[in-house]
Amino acid sequence: MEQVLLALFTMVVAVLGCIGYFWGSNGLLALVYPAKGKNGAANIQKSAAIRPWLFMGPAILLLSVYLIYPVFNSIYLSLHGSSGEKFVGFANYTWLINDEKFIESFINNMMWLVIVPAASTFFGLLAAALTDRISWGNIAKSLIFMPMAISFIGASIIWKFVYDFRGEDVEQIGILNAILVHFGAEPQAWIVMPGWNSVFLMIILIWIQTGFAMVILSAALRGIPEETLEAATLDGANPLQIFLQIKVPQIWGSVAVVWTTITILVLKVFDIVMAMTNGQWGSQVLANYMFDWMFRGHDFGRSATIALVIMLLVLPVMVWNVRNLRNEN
Amino acid sequence: MGSILGKNSALTWVVHISVLLLVLLWTIPTVGLLISSVRDKDQLVATGWWTSFSTVERNLIKRSAPANEQFKEDGKFILKGNVFADQSGTVTAFGWRSQQPDAYVPGNTAQMRKGKTLKIEADGSYLLISPTAFSSKRGARLFVTVFEKPIFTLDNYSEVLFAEGLGKSFINTMTVTIPATVIPILIAAFAAYALAWMEFPGRAIFLAVVVGLLVVPLQMSLIPLLKLYTTIGIGKSYIGIWLAHTGFGLPLAIYLLRNYIAGLPREIIESARVDGANDFQIFVKIILPLSFPALASFAIFQFLWVWNDLLIATVFLGNNEEQLVMTGRLREMLGSRGGNWEILTASAFVSILVPLMVFFTLQKYLVRGLLSGSVKGG
Repeated sequence: MEQVLLALFTMVVAVLGCIGYFWGSNGLLALVYPAKGKNGAANIQKSAAIRPWLFMGPAILLLSVYLIYPVFNSIYLSLHGSSGEKFVGFANYTWLINDEKFIESFINNMMWLVIVPAASTFFGLLAAALTDRISWGNIAKSLIFMPMAISFIGASIIWKFVYDFRGEDVEQIGILNAILVHFGAEPQAWIVMPGWNSVFLMIILIWIQTGFAMVILSAALRGIPEETLEAATLDGANPLQIFLQIKVPQIWGSVAVVWTTITILVLKVFDIVMAMTNGQWGSQVLANYMFDWMFRGHDFGRSATIALVIMLLVLPVMVWNVRNLRNEN
Repeated sequence: MGSILGKNSALTWVVHISVLLLVLLWTIPTVGLLISSVRDKDQLVATGWWTSFSTVERNLIKRSAPANEQFKEDGKFILKGNVFADQSGTVTAFGWRSQQPDAYVPGNTAQMRKGKTLKIEADGSYLLISPTAFSSKRGARLFVTVFEKPIFTLDNYSEVLFAEGLGKSFINTMTVTIPATVIPILIAAFAAYALAWMEFPGRAIFLAVVVGLLVVPLQMSLIPLLKLYTTIGIGKSYIGIWLAHTGFGLPLAIYLLRNYIAGLPREIIESARVDGANDFQIFVKIILPLSFPALASFAIFQFLWVWNDLLIATVFLGNNEEQLVMTGRLREMLGSRGGNWEILTASAFVSILVPLMVFFTLQKYLVRGLLSGSVKGG
């Protein structure tokens, strides 16, 4: 309880601190450049020029320390040995491309990259299209959206229970194997099947992300002007044709947004793999492999190199986002 | 849209059934977890949760009363009692050897070694008779096949909260989450206003940087920050993780809030400027109150993100009782308590309860935030 009080206290201090900073710095500005008096007009201009920097100051500082500096520091570390002191040139990079586990992680990540965004978008679109047509659609949406609120590790436990495997002679308590046994098949140990186990881990992320895709795509579908739909109906198009040929082409922008957002998430996927297999049985991915070298291998150089690979994979999306922003303005 | 389909009732049914299937697929895993978490731990591992409302058939090994409870009647030694502590089931078969645990029907008498006999009734009462005195202090083994009524209990929850340390972790998670949700909001709001409505050189570049930083993988930051924290002496502490979550949450916060604030009507701000208000006054008196929906959206995002985070907590907090958050505790349990489903299911449900409550009560803001974050912009 003391700790929560500490947290609340910190929160109050932080909020007061923020208010104090913004209010105080603004007061100071007014004091140095008073808006009244003989230089009033010039002072107002001066403080208007300074004020944006006061507003932006804390954000710039935090972003620099937490996100920008690490990029450069990671590049530096990737050229250095395990403790980050000895310069080793490109040794970490040559190690990386010859490392079997890295190649496995990379290939797995690519598989995740193809399957998860595609499946989430597909199910999201399906759910959006179908729930918009029925009276209890909102309840259905809410329930499909719900896994968004669940932590990856919580979801992993939920699904580990679904995938639970026991010997043939014992009653199955995992629902997936129970269904198999019910239809006369043999129970399977899903998460230790090399190659396939990754798919079972992906299902967890698809389960979580479909709701996100659904929400975005449902809004996009509703934004389609009625006239185009009416025109198509008058021309005798059936609902499926309308959906595929009229609606889907009009929401490509949103599909792209959903796809890229999930792509970024997939590249960073870590908790699920760590909780379910910890990269064993051929299911390793980059983020977990990086974590492995950081905490188990204690090799900052190699770990930073893997992080840079993830960064490199994210880069195209980053460029695309920034370019979109420029076009928009 | 409904009208297009309304005439075609067969198709409408297909839609209803498809949605129902989707909803079932998406909810069943969670429902299974919830139901399992309130089941008796022995029943939980015996049968699937979907059968939890029907009686359970189980083979049990019970013990008779110990030798010191025996009494003598007609020259024979007798032990009696009931295999059920609380009359909770029905015996369907019994036996006295592990090779044939279900050899006898209740009510019949089983002949054991050395002239002993055993009789167990359907209600669980047993009668052991022996010509010589019983000597076992632990009682004789009785094999019974029983139909047990379903048992639902909150014992699993009290165990994980108090004995397994999840209660403490719950408080640790709260400690991390509250400041880490509130601190970034104010910092981001000021920056967002500056980016939306103030003129200064380099504004476009700053905005581009923020959008670029939206997707920077956290993995990049872990090692450099860990080293930095060690150097400046923050180490593994709450202040370190609050700041880390603030830093990592800022790009999204600034981006979401800027989109919203930039969309506010220009006239309001212009007229306030004409009235002589400076930007600080405009921000505090006009922008902040008007931005409430966007602030709420981000607060929910950040709350869910911080509450559910495992990576940052593992890196920036210690593994001790004072600092282990719920996600970290769950991960540890998966390792150490991998087969104890009563522990895992109850713990998982405790950890997802608060996010689910937030989700269902504030879903409106969450959806709004998602839409303004991704549809309008990049």
